[in-house]
Amino acid sequence: MKEYLKKYFILRRHEGKIVLKKMKQSKACYLFLAPYAILFTVFYILPVCSSIFFSFTDYNILEPPKFVGIKNYISLILQDDIFLTSIKNTFLIAVITGPLGYIASFIFAWLINELPRWIRTIAIIIFYAPSIAGNVYVIFSVFFRGDAYGYVNALLIDMGIINAPILWFTNPDYMLPICMAVILWMSLGTGFLSFVAGLQGVDNSQFEAGYMDGVKNRWQELWYITLPNMKPMLMFGAVMAITQAFGVCDVTMALCGYPSTDYAARTVVTHLFDYGFTRFEMGYASAIATLLFLIMILCNKAIQSLLRRVGT
Amino acid sequence: MKKKKKDVVEKQYKPKMIKRRKPNRSIVGDLFIYFMLLLIAVMMVFPMVFAINSSLKPLDELFLFPPKVFAQNPTLDNFQDLFVTMGKSWVTFSRYIFNTVFITAAGTFGHLIIASMGAFILSKYEFPGSRLFFNIVVVALMFNGYVTAIPNYIIISKLGWVDTYWAIIIPAFAAPMGLFLMKQFMEGIPMSLVEAAKIDGAGLWKIFFRIIMPNVKPAWLTLIIFSVQNLWNNKAATFIYSEEKKTLVYALQQIQSGGIARTGQAAAVTVIVMIVPIAIFIMSESQIIETMASSGLKD
Repeated sequence: MKEYLKKYFILRRHEGKIVLKKMKQSKACYLFLAPYAILFTVFYILPVCSSIFFSFTDYNILEPPKFVGIKNYISLILQDDIFLTSIKNTFLIAVITGPLGYIASFIFAWLINELPRWIRTIAIIIFYAPSIAGNVYVIFSVFFRGDAYGYVNALLIDMGIINAPILWFTNPDYMLPICMAVILWMSLGTGFLSFVAGLQGVDNSQFEAGYMDGVKNRWQELWYITLPNMKPMLMFGAVMAITQAFGVCDVTMALCGYPSTDYAARTVVTHLFDYGFTRFEMGYASAIATLLFLIMILCNKAIQSLLRRVGT
Repeated sequence: MKKKKKDVVEKQYKPKMIKRRKPNRSIVGDLFIYFMLLLIAVMMVFPMVFAINSSLKPLDELFLFPPKVFAQNPTLDNFQDLFVTMGKSWVTFSRYIFNTVFITAAGTFGHLIIASMGAFILSKYEFPGSRLFFNIVVVALMFNGYVTAIPNYIIISKLGWVDTYWAIIIPAFAAPMGLFLMKQFMEGIPMSLVEAAKIDGAGLWKIFFRIIMPNVKPAWLTLIIFSVQNLWNNKAATFIYSEEKKTLVYALQQIQSGGIARTGQAAAVTVIVMIVPIAIFIMSESQIIETMASSGLKD
């Protein structure tokens, strides 16, 4: 045993020396990477680390942070009913809009792929535009206004489906579905572009080989040829979809108000904003952020292992 | 390099237009699918068409009931009113525009240089820690601005940047999306090009500026566009308090929340905020698609 340990350590030390030597050789590389690495660390890694740190403390910016252990997490999960509502809402939104938006991005990209070039360009612009169009989604608050002059209400009353106007954004039953529809409308984002570009790059000879080998219809072609070729883009699209699905807050805040009636449209990020920027309970808010990070990373891992099975 | 690529792409297109359809497609299926696509496209574009039209409607048409989608007598009154309102505020209109342009230009320029430098090193050289660093960047792609808003605020206040332009510009330099796209695109440039330059006696700087950067122009554009979109839509409400440092979009949206009397102006605001990113995208669509072709995440 001792022998082995000794050998192991010698090996390790040897490897360490090699790494050190390599590092010395690529000094210029480090210098080149340094500007980005420093900024990235300060504004992207440090925030994550510090939010993990602050999540164990009681911190309100003015006084120095006080260490309180896992009290924040305990009260978050056991006492904060609104947080549980927000988690439920976020998961509901994520589980419905995430996969649907992801699949829709792929299907639209795939369907427009065989169109002539100029039609495809127009289609790309139409599908992609909602996701970059600033806050156009506030137009939906005009469509779904709560009184009888809201267009949807008026239409439904005219058709005799309802006889009193529905308060779309005040009635908890309707808030989330409408928000989800709006989010879906905006969900053809960066992932969609990546899919469009990826589909262009699939080698045509593979399709021809597929016809020879008896690929009968477009669905078989999709599963056996297109999807396996698209795996890297699918992974990238999944990352984008997760970001979008769990980061929902501006749509719900703009449409349903902040705070929304009965907290029915509160998401985790809204909750985080409430504690961080309204009540200045940074420790508590950091605990929320940390949980959100964890959920997102786990989701990403799960989806990646799912995607590995595609096309087999 | 770029020219070659374009040639190849076009050679694929031309026969495709003339060539008959793929042998394994049914006509009914094609028709059905394209009909559905058309329907969905109309649905997708409707809210935007409606927004644009309501910004062109005169006041009496805006409150018309039942509403008409298309403006009957389109005017630019709403936009004029908007400029009048903006002109009356004590911070001048030009100041807001300056803020936005300055933040967008400075942020984009720095981002392009710094992220490309990082991407160049990560894509062309291997050294201890390079893989790890890139993996961390990929994970960071997932964290959008809202989630890290609070620790970011603490860090920026520690740096003393609250209520300065730097609070928006400097973090934009390190946006992970730019580095990611740039790195993936640079992988497509053959290493032999870099090695040839090295043998000819070029240093890292020279290789970067003379060999790599001219070859990745489509990626430049994509980076610039993503960064501009990001900064244009950045309201930075949490970092900037004084009125004379607010961005155009933020100021416009203050008008938008002005209630029913400003319905027309609010519609005009929506259109202005919406039209800039879309216009930029339309102009650079083909370059963006070319860059996104290399965006895949290999594992």
